[in-house]
Amino acid sequence: MTAITATFEDFKLRAEAVGAQVEKVPNKSAALDFIAGVLLREGIADAPGARAVWAHCPAISSADREQLTARVPGIQFDVTRDNAAQAIAGISQMDWALADTGTVVQIADTVDQRLVSTLPALHIALVSTASILPNLPALLSRVDPRKTGYLAFITGPSRTADIERVLTIGVHGPARLVIVMVDELPSNKIAPEKTTSDKIASEKMAVSQ
Amino acid sequence: MNAEFKQSILDALNNPNLAGALGRFSEAYRTSRAKAYQGIDFESLRTEIAAVKSDAAGRFEELADMFQRNAEARGTKVFRTSDPHAVNQYILKLAMDRGVTSIVKSKSMASEEIHLNAHLEAAGIEVSETDLGEWIIQLAGQRPSHMVMPAIHMTKEEVADTFSDKVEDGQQPDIPQLVKFARNKLRPKFLAAEMGITGANIAVAETGSIVIITNEGNARLVTTLPKIHVAIVGLEKLIERFKDIAPILTALPRSATAQLLTSYVSIIGAPVPNTDGSPKELHIILMDNRRNEMSRDPRFKQALQCIRCASCLNVCPVFSLVGGHVFGKVYTGGIGTILTAWFDALKQSDEIQSLCIQCGACKDVCPGKIDIPDLVLELRRRLAVEQGQPLVQKAAFSIVNNRRAFHTVLRAASIAQKPFAKDGFIRHLPMFLTEMTEFRSLPSIASHPFRDVFKKIKQEVRPHATQPKPEKAAFFAGCLLDFAYPEMGEAVVQVLNKAGIEVVFPEGQTCCGAPARYSGAYEVASQNALDNIRALRADEVTYVVSACPTCTVGLQHDFVANLESTGHTDALPAARALAEKVVDFSTLVNSLVEQGRLKFKDGIAPQRFTYHDSCHLKRTLRAEQTPRKLMQQAGYELVEMQQADMCCGMGGSYTLKLPELSAPILERKLVHIEQAGVPLVLIDCPGCVMQIRGGLDKRGSTIKVELTAQRLAENFQ
Repeated sequence: MTAITATFEDFKLRAEAVGAQVEKVPNKSAALDFIAGVLLREGIADAPGARAVWAHCPAISSADREQLTARVPGIQFDVTRDNAAQAIAGISQMDWALADTGTVVQIADTVDQRLVSTLPALHIALVSTASILPNLPALLSRVDPRKTGYLAFITGPSRTADIERVLTIGVHGPARLVIVMVDELPSNKIAPEKTTSDKIASEKMAVSQ
Repeated sequence: MNAEFKQSILDALNNPNLAGALGRFSEAYRTSRAKAYQGIDFESLRTEIAAVKSDAAGRFEELADMFQRNAEARGTKVFRTSDPHAVNQYILKLAMDRGVTSIVKSKSMASEEIHLNAHLEAAGIEVSETDLGEWIIQLAGQRPSHMVMPAIHMTKEEVADTFSDKVEDGQQPDIPQLVKFARNKLRPKFLAAEMGITGANIAVAETGSIVIITNEGNARLVTTLPKIHVAIVGLEKLIERFKDIAPILTALPRSATAQLLTSYVSIIGAPVPNTDGSPKELHIILMDNRRNEMSRDPRFKQALQCIRCASCLNVCPVFSLVGGHVFGKVYTGGIGTILTAWFDALKQSDEIQSLCIQCGACKDVCPGKIDIPDLVLELRRRLAVEQGQPLVQKAAFSIVNNRRAFHTVLRAASIAQKPFAKDGFIRHLPMFLTEMTEFRSLPSIASHPFRDVFKKIKQEVRPHATQPKPEKAAFFAGCLLDFAYPEMGEAVVQVLNKAGIEVVFPEGQTCCGAPARYSGAYEVASQNALDNIRALRADEVTYVVSACPTCTVGLQHDFVANLESTGHTDALPAARALAEKVVDFSTLVNSLVEQGRLKFKDGIAPQRFTYHDSCHLKRTLRAEQTPRKLMQQAGYELVEMQQADMCCGMGGSYTLKLPELSAPILERKLVHIEQAGVPLVLIDCPGCVMQIRGGLDKRGSTIKVELTAQRLAENFQ
């Protein structure tokens, strides 16, 4: 486990260097507490233009969803193009983290995964500590590109330096990226409970390890 | 060079915004790039990339077949064409067939290359660039001046004015506000567009996947929201294996923007569902547009190793002054010059290729390991073959090529200059020659050239105890040292004598051929090589030594290259035998010090100095640390100036052809020298000495400029 801790420190250093916020929590319930807190502080509420969209996460059960909606009215688990475009925050679960660049990576074949991480100004990314890989080659050797339609890498928030080379955060993508690193999180590599999204889960199981 | 082009250079130089933005960027880039590459072996990384890309360039059609097979197996439509016009037609027809009225685009240089937007707009389709820089350029009706930062030439005020004029009144020059404005204005366009167009940074044949990188997140939206995605991919983006994405993605962000990785990387391998559940319509266009032809050219194939990072622009001393609207067409800077010659037409590169000063800075940082300066020279050579040399140049070379005539002219000039020369400098020249002395004084031509002085030197050669046999060195003076700075030659003889080496001066030596070679006049350069090979009689000496790095590179590398390219194969063995014996002065001295044959005097008064790197010494001979080390061993204290290895603007005949650029490049160097705050600059190249000494003289500076050899001569026992 010490090796993993060291890798987490590397990841955190790199991710924070590019402006991501990194929070490490022991388990899922701590992660959900943390996220609920962030959303409430952001003013997420069940009102137009104040909602959050939450894409399918293998780790989140229907009971979790009910509990979350009760705590933070305004979280929508049914992601559409319209509600994502109106949302303040988007939440998704990533499949890997790369320590040497502070990147989170996801097989994002299903469109809701991309909608919640591109349209809202805040993206909260859940990722399991066990999924930290040292670098890009390690990742490429684990992904089966023939079975992947859209592999998405995210490193920090959206940025530009196109005007006078002045770094400005938040152009077309999120201006804020919060990465929640969970020590014990059922990841895509562990069979999730049977949900309506079984098909998606089994697709993701096809990822070679 | 036509007057219009010269005027565009002057306009760019007189644009303070441009000079400020590019200058600051160029300085910051070096530092941040170095930081981004910390812990990475750049040489081995780029060797790997060059191998991957070179392999692909050797079999584009095979890889394109493979790509097509694999992509189509998963539902992607692949269109292949050699004709850029067919790409425009294909996309237009697709848009018409699907009833597309608005398109969002993320950055694609390939689409710039074929002027796609104009084609689609002519048919009444709205096309919106979404990369912030590209959008600004599109609104302003300009073309990108930089491959990575398309609007680097514009100020925030100009951007605000453009937004106010073209989009909505009242925009203020506040960068975060301007960025926010772009986000808000482009968001509805992303949501409304029926088609998204992207380029690709890599296309993987074995999987049929494309890799797209951005920082703003626009490519993610372009590939997610519209139901149709069209990717335009130049064949040079093909690689065979998926795992080879890694080295390219390691280098590209580091070299382009000094990032470890861009904010977003998308690897798209198949059409994925749209937001309404329907399958995405994914079209990938593999575009040739002369890339195959280029891959069959033994010289230019290597240019296909380019990963479009634009680092060659960022380190270029000329680009950082004039920007991409002068230095390039669609593709800009060093690599842009080469791509323009191919994707557009050879003659289109005629003017822009002349901007290259041959300093080699781009070659050192290229992650595709492309010898850009060498390819620019090859363009120059082909242009000279195709169009002939300019008459004045031809006349000049016909003199250079005739040793006796050349030396007679120089001697005559020594007499003719008398009214203008004072204290060894010419500070003003009349009439059309004024621009030569406007920004720096010129050395006066010595009343006795080194070839005459040499005969009067009494050589006292004491063979050293450790020396196995008497040694002789043939001294190759080079024109500048011979006719302007004979004292430098005397210093060389003194030092070598102290080490037990007798110096001979072969009278038949003539110009090393660099001026002709760097002008594309390879026949002249070859004749220079032949004359010198004959004159130097390398077989009779232990060393052939020169104190001019450009001449040394000529003798050691270019003679063979010149003779090869002009078909003088019979002279190659002699050229190679000569090259074996050639050594630059500092390297030879260093080895003599190491052998104990030269010893520094005791009690040398410590002096502070700064060192200017001569391009050829650093980037071809790789000997730039040697003179620094020698002077420090002598007891001198080195104070490094900023950007010591940035060119001084001399560039041989460059300073004659483009004094308007040579001057500001020199200016920047002089500022760095003055900032070092020391009384002495040491240099290993007589050309750089001439440029920098002349520039400091014009400024009335008291800083001394010397050839390292001269200081060494004073300090050896």
